[in-house]
Amino acid sequence: MIKIEPESNRSNWSGPSRLRNAQGAATGFLLFGCALITIVTTVLILGVLGGETISFFRVSKIGMFEFFTGTEIDFKSARPRFGLPPLLWGTFVIAVGSSLVALPIGLLSAIFLSEYAPERLRRVLKPTLELLAGIPTIVYGYLALTVITPWLQSVLAPLGIRVEQFNAFSGCIVVGIMIVPLVSSLSEDVLSAAPRSLREAGYALGATKFEVATRIVLPASFSGVAASFILAISRAIGETMAVVLAAGSLAQIKLNPFTSIETMTAYIVAVTNGEASYGSAEYLSLFAVGMTLFFITLCLNMLSGAVIRRYKESTP
Amino acid sequence: MIPAVAARSGGDFRPRRLRRKLFGAAFGVACFVATSIGVVVLFIMIRSVVVQLSDVPIFEFLYKLTGRFGSIDPDRSGYKAGIWGTVWLLSLVIFLAIPVGVGAAVFLEEYSAPNRLRRFIQTNIANLAGVPSIVYGILGLALFARAFGLKRLALGPTLWTGSLTLGLLVLPVIVITTQEALRTVPASLRQGALALGGSRWQVIRDHVLPCALPGIMTGTILAISRAIGETAPLLMVGAAASIPLVPRSPFDRYTALPVEIYHYAKEADPGFKPVASGGILILLAILFLMNSVAIVLRNRRAASNRG
Repeated sequence: MIKIEPESNRSNWSGPSRLRNAQGAATGFLLFGCALITIVTTVLILGVLGGETISFFRVSKIGMFEFFTGTEIDFKSARPRFGLPPLLWGTFVIAVGSSLVALPIGLLSAIFLSEYAPERLRRVLKPTLELLAGIPTIVYGYLALTVITPWLQSVLAPLGIRVEQFNAFSGCIVVGIMIVPLVSSLSEDVLSAAPRSLREAGYALGATKFEVATRIVLPASFSGVAASFILAISRAIGETMAVVLAAGSLAQIKLNPFTSIETMTAYIVAVTNGEASYGSAEYLSLFAVGMTLFFITLCLNMLSGAVIRRYKESTP
Repeated sequence: MIPAVAARSGGDFRPRRLRRKLFGAAFGVACFVATSIGVVVLFIMIRSVVVQLSDVPIFEFLYKLTGRFGSIDPDRSGYKAGIWGTVWLLSLVIFLAIPVGVGAAVFLEEYSAPNRLRRFIQTNIANLAGVPSIVYGILGLALFARAFGLKRLALGPTLWTGSLTLGLLVLPVIVITTQEALRTVPASLRQGALALGGSRWQVIRDHVLPCALPGIMTGTILAISRAIGETAPLLMVGAAASIPLVPRSPFDRYTALPVEIYHYAKEADPGFKPVASGGILILLAILFLMNSVAIVLRNRRAASNRG
């Protein structure tokens, strides 16, 4: 029998102490502060970019029209000129070129990993691809500069095509390889999540593995795959070091992919490394370019998020 | 009725089994080739870096590189300042970003009710994780290095500026991975501890966090190993390559390993190629070490969960 001893119990137990309550409230407050820092970061990014972009337009006396349509970047002359299109073109070339490399390879690897690969091979391949994603982008840039470009030069020189040391083509290749793991791992998650019953129904109707993979599983998880594509393109647009080392920083609009280009990110690095003094029009132009970059990537990321949400709602 | 339909469709039905099977197999092979491209590229990359060092005893060369400062003479260049700078940055980022990141994750997972505020913070973190690193560099430049032109508050191109910038950069990733780790903690553990009269904070401190710790550490190590390789934001906030000094306090100027690699890679003098390659090998070795620790932790967690 358990003997209830209210007397002795009461002497040890006095309910939740005031100290404990205060501690609980204080930690809750502190933890909320931590979460608040992330919001403050966003506000600061928007504030810094927005504020300095406004002062860029004020200091440089460049109009909105010239900013979006001009094709010259020149801060040395008496009247500074700045046009975004050459930088947008560079970024566009890298985004499209790297997608041409990364999207097919990434999607095929995702299909292989989710549909074809035996479990043991998959357990080796997945971490290897993740490892690839963890390699610093500067290493990819160095690879473009020392391996891909010399190789392109030796292959294309006999054909009479001159390949510059910094060229858009190697930039597209390395950035493409860089974002493959992103596409493959996100798409693989989505493809593997496709309901088993769909696959079994396909096989029951006599479809081959290829038909099940491409005509049942892929369409069923299409929006998830699309979201991973958008995310990968957004990453390619924001990529800096690989592009700087591979594609150079010469702002020009040329259709020849073997000449140098300048992306928005490369421009930002070039301005910081240059002699632009604090508060000058050139210094402030990096904020205007940064604002454009931030806006584009934010739109793409939100689009990808919206697509994923719709995919999650549509799958049972 | 039914037999007639079957007979008619029987005439149209051409399974073309062989063709479809062969095509399917070819597609499977194509998928395999695509997957192996990644692995092959990794191999080529490391080989091309090593090949440039083939005529020197490699470990001796790397050891020499770690002991010398950068210089205009490729034979006397090294990464001493860069490695120390990176170690400083790493420790400061750990000190700054992990408490805040884990705190924010605990707030979102354990404290906050699933209301509009929480959804807002969550969306915001997801968006921050997708912001290009160079934008963080711009933020660090304007906010920490120059403090909007207020000379008193400006930290200049010091270690504090670099680590605060990198800290903000890794924060969203740390929050997201910590949240994932916290979600794997079984609800029964919390309920048990709460039933015994623990306060919310006691339950988190004594039970939830220790249980999620391996997962948090794995995610955090991976996040921070990303930060080590980041070059663009550091270039923005003023990690100059030409600093022949090991920093002694967070208020010192500094340089970082990837920044030095960038400058050597850009040099026109081919003599700097082995130096850049050696730097990349050192950087990859550090990352490999950190990733191995993370994987060991992950596997140990998987083993203990099973047992």
